[in-house]
Amino acid sequence: MATRYMDAELVGKRMSSRVRKNTGWKGLFFASTLFGLVVLAVLLVRIFTQGIEYINIDFLMNHLSTDASRAGIMGAILGTAWLMVVVIPVTMVIGVGTAIYLELYAKKGKLQSFIATNISNLAGVPSIVYGLLGLTLFVRTLEFGNVILAGGLTLSLLVLPIVIVAAQEALRAVPGNLSEASYGMGATKWQTVRRIILPAALPGILTGAILALSRAIGETAPLTVLGIPALLIPFPEGIFDTFTALPMQIYYWTIDASLVAEYANLAAATIIVLLVLLFLLNSIAILIRNKFQQRY
Amino acid sequence: MSTVMTKAINLKLVRNDNERSEPEVQKEVVYDTKGLNLWYGETHALKNINMDIREKEVTAIIGPSGCGKSTYLKTLNRMVELVPIVKTSGQITYKGKNILDKSFRVEDLRTQVGMVFQKANPFPKSIYENIAYGPKIHGIKNKKILDEIVENSLRGAFIWDELKDRLNDNAYGLSGGQQQRLCIARCLAVEPNVILMDEPTSALDPKSTLRIEELVQELKKDYAIVIVTHNMQQAARISDKTAFFLNGEIIEYDKTDHIFNNPADERTGDYISGRFG
Ligand SMILES: Nc1ncnc2c1ncn2[C@@H]1O[C@H](COP(=O)(O)OP(=O)(O)OP(=O)(O)O)[C@@H](O)[C@H]1O
Ligand SMILES: [Mg+2]
Repeated sequence: MATRYMDAELVGKRMSSRVRKNTGWKGLFFASTLFGLVVLAVLLVRIFTQGIEYINIDFLMNHLSTDASRAGIMGAILGTAWLMVVVIPVTMVIGVGTAIYLELYAKKGKLQSFIATNISNLAGVPSIVYGLLGLTLFVRTLEFGNVILAGGLTLSLLVLPIVIVAAQEALRAVPGNLSEASYGMGATKWQTVRRIILPAALPGILTGAILALSRAIGETAPLTVLGIPALLIPFPEGIFDTFTALPMQIYYWTIDASLVAEYANLAAATIIVLLVLLFLLNSIAILIRNKFQQRY
Repeated sequence: MSTVMTKAINLKLVRNDNERSEPEVQKEVVYDTKGLNLWYGETHALKNINMDIREKEVTAIIGPSGCGKSTYLKTLNRMVELVPIVKTSGQITYKGKNILDKSFRVEDLRTQVGMVFQKANPFPKSIYENIAYGPKIHGIKNKKILDEIVENSLRGAFIWDELKDRLNDNAYGLSGGQQQRLCIARCLAVEPNVILMDEPTSALDPKSTLRIEELVQELKKDYAIVIVTHNMQQAARISDKTAFFLNGEIIEYDKTDHIFNNPADERTGDYISGRFG
């Protein structure tokens, strides 16, 4: 028999210290998770206790007003909803289209990886820079003015990289033997993409879309750059109307809280509305995703 | 192992003796490969392959791992092109036309040449949709016709009785052997002329293997079948001709009886009897 290198006695002695270390690390990881959870909980509790009593039908349905007791956020809710009407189709079509091209059609080479890397980099560009881009391109050059279309397109640019990267990953994760089976029966590339690859990648794509949407719905910086007015009386009725949005409203009320103390409470109430809206949108996306979730 | 094999070979011999009295009819050539070379980048994976494949015959391809069997099979339906670095030279004619010609439409080729893969690869869809996929992409929409195709294909793969009550179940709920037979049925649904099989039974138990072998015998009445296998008994049992590949070359290609009983090349004999590979 060969020489034995494992000294049973030594191994046994070391064992207890290894097990202790194991427990220690586990505790550390748990503590990091706990930290995040606690901060989040404190934040939520703080906002809810401050804002919840201000939420009522009038607050939700009224026009904006300088008078805190009469102010309502319907305009901002509609503005945010209209923004989503622009952002969702634009990012899904362009984002998924780009991902399909890069992942499935483009020749794998230097150029393709150069483009892919740069898209990932774009995801890290500060949102205010996108605001400036939107201001120059949509508001001034294309002369849309500071309307919903301009805001929506700016936010779309901002979140496109997130959608593209997520969709690329989802497409890449579809097992190659599924598309092989499809090609093997004489399917064209487009048939294979449409009927096999896209359905299999859909859950992953939607996960990316959820992330992107949550980001877009809460962005303030690019909208301030576009010059969205603080007070706006008429409700927006289409994508060519001027607007305000929930995060903008929160921003202005928070700033003005030094003038009128009650504004801070209105801001808190608006945050709750924004969170609920976000939660609703995410739930819808998750429902769609689960419906399409397939095992493979 | 060796006794089983001898038995199989003996069976072959007996059958062969019986057949000898009849005049031999040469079947029609489906595929004719001439001077085929294939490179994966710098790797010369297929070297000067010459081989014809005939209708209503089972052609087995054997050889050690990495010798180019799968590569050759995938060249026959140009699936190998999915690997971007592949380069080929030489020609493969299918029914008289060179399929390596870039103007040859791969979709046409793959409609006429079905493929069954080593690992069963059903779509994450229902059993019905798996079978209906092929006809659908070729434009058949009529529900009644699709129903018929599904039934016939499943019957053709001898799996209709097992599956007829669960056509709407997800194909992933089937056992490995059932999945593989489902994939064969899916391949039949497109009504190909040739079926390429890459180690179709390598992940299956003996019973499922036997069923697929029986199926191959049945299918051969209508189709040309090319099957890659690591299982010598299987090659001896089910094939009419056998090609022995080694390092990207064809060492020997002949009637299966010759290959297994008196191979012309020493290396063929060594490989078959398990002395290497
Ligand atoms: N996608 C690829 N890229 C580069 N080289 C490859 C690729 N596929 C196969 N090869 C090489 O080509 C040669 C033949 O491979 P092939 O898969 O045809 O072997 P095989 O005979 O089917 O083997 P096995 O019995 O293990 O399935 C091997 O040397 C392999 O490394
Ligand atoms: Mg192989």
